[in-house]
Amino acid sequence: MSIAIDRLAERAAAEGLLDVAYTTADSPFGPLLLATTPRGLVRVGLPNQDAEELLVDLAARVSPRVLEATAPLDEARRELDLYFEGKLTDFELPLDWQLSRDFRRRALRAIARIPYGQTRSYTQIATSAGNERAVRAAGTACGTNPIPVVVPCHRVLRSGGGLGGYGGGLPMKESLLRLEGVLDD
Amino acid sequence: MPPFQTLIDEYAAEVLAVCRGAVGRSDAEDCFQETFIAALRAYPKLDDDRNLRGWLFTIAHRKAIDHHRARGRQPVPVERVPEVPFADPEPEDGIWELVGALPPKQRAAVTLRYASDLPHAEIAAALGCSPEAARRSLHEGIKRLRKELA
Repeated sequence: MSIAIDRLAERAAAEGLLDVAYTTADSPFGPLLLATTPRGLVRVGLPNQDAEELLVDLAARVSPRVLEATAPLDEARRELDLYFEGKLTDFELPLDWQLSRDFRRRALRAIARIPYGQTRSYTQIATSAGNERAVRAAGTACGTNPIPVVVPCHRVLRSGGGLGGYGGGLPMKESLLRLEGVLDD
Repeated sequence: MPPFQTLIDEYAAEVLAVCRGAVGRSDAEDCFQETFIAALRAYPKLDDDRNLRGWLFTIAHRKAIDHHRARGRQPVPVERVPEVPFADPEPEDGIWELVGALPPKQRAAVTLRYASDLPHAEIAAALGCSPEAARRSLHEGIKRLRKELA
């Protein structure tokens, strides 16, 4: 049965019918849900987020042709494994930005350019995205980041140095910042 | 529309069983693949998601009919016509396993009648025989199943 289903996903991909492929990947924080379109990684679900809900959301916003398939996500999983081991500083896999638009997308692209081990403030991100006064909106862009970890919204802090928030919970943000050497162990 | 994977998770086993019943064990996976690929292709344009199971089964039955038609058009020359099912079924539990073990004509007739709900005339068209012959295959198949289940 499972072989027949694996073949089905392969054939769907070959015929251009696999609009969204997803799988789960282990992380030090628990299972991550990874979803990709033919264009690139479109969604990372953090361990505290409901995977079922994320899939329903992808079906509504990207395409209902959502299938479980591991092969299209091999590269994403490989890079994430290396990142969590501290052996990778720059993600190279292609990203699909379609789940964010306008200001939020510009903010997320600015966040994607923050180098490993560095941080920026919400104000700096708002400025990079073209509106220095939209600090709150920059915070929302972080909070609704569809591709966390890979688009490193954990590197965005409050201007005073406060941690701010994190979709995966503050302990995860702190751990990621420790991994990157921003916070002391 | 729910994510397509939900349909696979919920109905793959049933669709495979229907395919086994309709076309036999050796071709069941082809029928299964054709069914889900066709469903996946049409899925985003589907208006109504209230009866996805019925929709999938309708596609499976259509694929089974296609299969029988294709076989009807391409007879394979053999020295002697075998008197036993070509699929060498291994019966397991469940009625569809028993159906899968019927000789091909009976198996197809029973599946098209009871799983696809086709009338005799359409079964005959799908099998490329007369309605009378289709009725006979169906009758023989049912008789045999009754005996197996008794």
